[in-house]
Amino acid sequence: MSFLSYFITGVSLGGIYALIALGYTMVYGIAKMLNFAHGDVIMIGGYIAFVALSSMHTSVFTATVMSIVVCILLGVLIEKIAYRPLRDASPLAILITAIGVSYFLQNVALLIFGSAAKSFTSVVPKIKLNLPVNITGETIVTIIVTIIIAVLLTLFVNRTKSGKAMLAVSEDRGAAQLMGINVNNTISLTFAIGSGLAAVASILLCSTYPQISPYTGAMPGIKAFTAAVFGGIGSIPGAMVGGIVLGIIESLSKAYISSQLSDAIVFAVLILILLIKPTGLFGKKINEKV
Amino acid sequence: MTKKLSYATRDKLITYSVVIIAFLIAQLLIVTGVASNKFTGLLIPISINILLAMSLNLVVGMSGELSLGHAGFMCIGAYAGSLFSVLTQNIITAPYIRFPLAIILGGIIAAILGFLIGIPVLKLRGDYLAIVTLAFGEIIKNIFNNMYLATDKNGIFFSMTAEKYTKYAFDLETKTDYIKGAQGITGTPQDVNFTICFVVILIALFVLLNLIDSKTGRNIMAARDNRIAAEAMGINVTKAKMTAFVISAFFAGVAGVLYSHNLKTLVATKFDYNLSILILVFVVLGGMNKMRNVIISATILYALPEALRFLSDYRMLLYAVVLIVMMILNNNKGFIALKKKLSPKRLLKAKREGVAK
Repeated sequence: MSFLSYFITGVSLGGIYALIALGYTMVYGIAKMLNFAHGDVIMIGGYIAFVALSSMHTSVFTATVMSIVVCILLGVLIEKIAYRPLRDASPLAILITAIGVSYFLQNVALLIFGSAAKSFTSVVPKIKLNLPVNITGETIVTIIVTIIIAVLLTLFVNRTKSGKAMLAVSEDRGAAQLMGINVNNTISLTFAIGSGLAAVASILLCSTYPQISPYTGAMPGIKAFTAAVFGGIGSIPGAMVGGIVLGIIESLSKAYISSQLSDAIVFAVLILILLIKPTGLFGKKINEKV
Repeated sequence: MTKKLSYATRDKLITYSVVIIAFLIAQLLIVTGVASNKFTGLLIPISINILLAMSLNLVVGMSGELSLGHAGFMCIGAYAGSLFSVLTQNIITAPYIRFPLAIILGGIIAAILGFLIGIPVLKLRGDYLAIVTLAFGEIIKNIFNNMYLATDKNGIFFSMTAEKYTKYAFDLETKTDYIKGAQGITGTPQDVNFTICFVVILIALFVLLNLIDSKTGRNIMAARDNRIAAEAMGINVTKAKMTAFVISAFFAGVAGVLYSHNLKTLVATKFDYNLSILILVFVVLGGMNKMRNVIISATILYALPEALRFLSDYRMLLYAVVLIVMMILNNNKGFIALKKKLSPKRLLKAKREGVAK
């Protein structure tokens, strides 16, 4: 494979990271918490699509819709049960709860589906392309889907009332509440959107690497968080750019440095960013108040 | 005893006696032959988990920073200790000299790594700190999983890729593998026993309890409770947090050495994120405060699912639920009030007052 095809594979992988990172970054921007369970929502989304496609033999469209609906419900439910009672608790307590939720989802999947990875049939039909570089159908679909979602999400946040409410809550929760914005509903909406995007990401992820296991979501989840930090946590364009750059870094380091060490390289990138520019590419600096 | 001991001293003595009594009971059970093989086999893993939980409690409980890379320090300690024992097996034949050296070496190397990682990590706060420690833990695991170290008559071979290792022209007659990638280190002498574990725990307890009760310990806790106020009082917050981090890494490394000398094969994949979370569960259920409670919670949480085999499938699920429920209850006003009302100290006091009346 040539440099160009590694690069395009990286962009496609980055697109998946970007979709996941959007969920992280929006939740972080609004609820000021790291939703550790986000990666596992992806895994659940993947399993729903897997069951729909292989056991219920539904069409790809139905499977996608089912996966999105279940993930949205799951995301909202997690927020209601686990995170809402802790809205004013210490960050440590919230983070530990999120880890607990992540573990809970992983183990539920483990008990239902077993630890063995199941093979996932790609949702993208096999097409033969006459291109000078080697690109799969999954790559093209991922890139197109990512672009469409990025445009729609930007329009939603900047043009609609609920979107503007989200911006307001992330800016200043107290002031937003005084202006008559229902903070709890806005946070629920954010979790719903983030989880819906996670479902889309899960189907793309499982189509690109055609298998699914209870641990499918964990690593991409952490990497997507890296992407969100890279782009500046809380920033939607930041998550897109961060995700794609990280995907390219991973793909190229797999190709040219070492495939076993590519995870270590991605994490090293995270550490470097946090040390050099903790606010990320598009992030705003938050001053600490007494 | 006529002289009344201070609360802190009494508390320390209770902790020591809990550990010593538990050890004596376990020994008694072994000597009298009541203990099954399974029970005896559990003692060392439990001790290792106690040590890990105690060391993590210093960072999470005392210093208030969530570290998710504790398994990484254990990993480097295990590898350093194991490698040392394998290399010196024929030079220092007495295990009672070799093993303490391995323990100290493993601890020190983990502490050095803790210091190096601490420099960048402790500049960060909260969620970022947690995710970076997680990243470091994964990097350490990844590096050791891809490390090859072997010797033959031509010298030492070291590589970070499997490809180089398989292609390298070894002199097969004199070749010895020390670290073999994903297969790890084999042939570590089985030097560890329950008594050694007990002594190590006692030493660790002595160090940690005295540290917490010292000026440094108070600085660490002040920095946890209010960083800005602590800084205003002239406490060097970074130094305080670093002390906690390095000492915690040291004991995690020691636990790693104990762990590696209890196994025939040491592989890096054991030291993953899940292990770090497991230790965190012990600490959180122990209340993230007193060493004694953390020791008890580590013992119960490790031993219970082993004793109740049918539970073992649901073990991690239960831990997850425990984490969530603990956090929600501890932040629920009604529950906090109820806990205060039912606390043994208050009940005792009420009883005493009732008697006095």
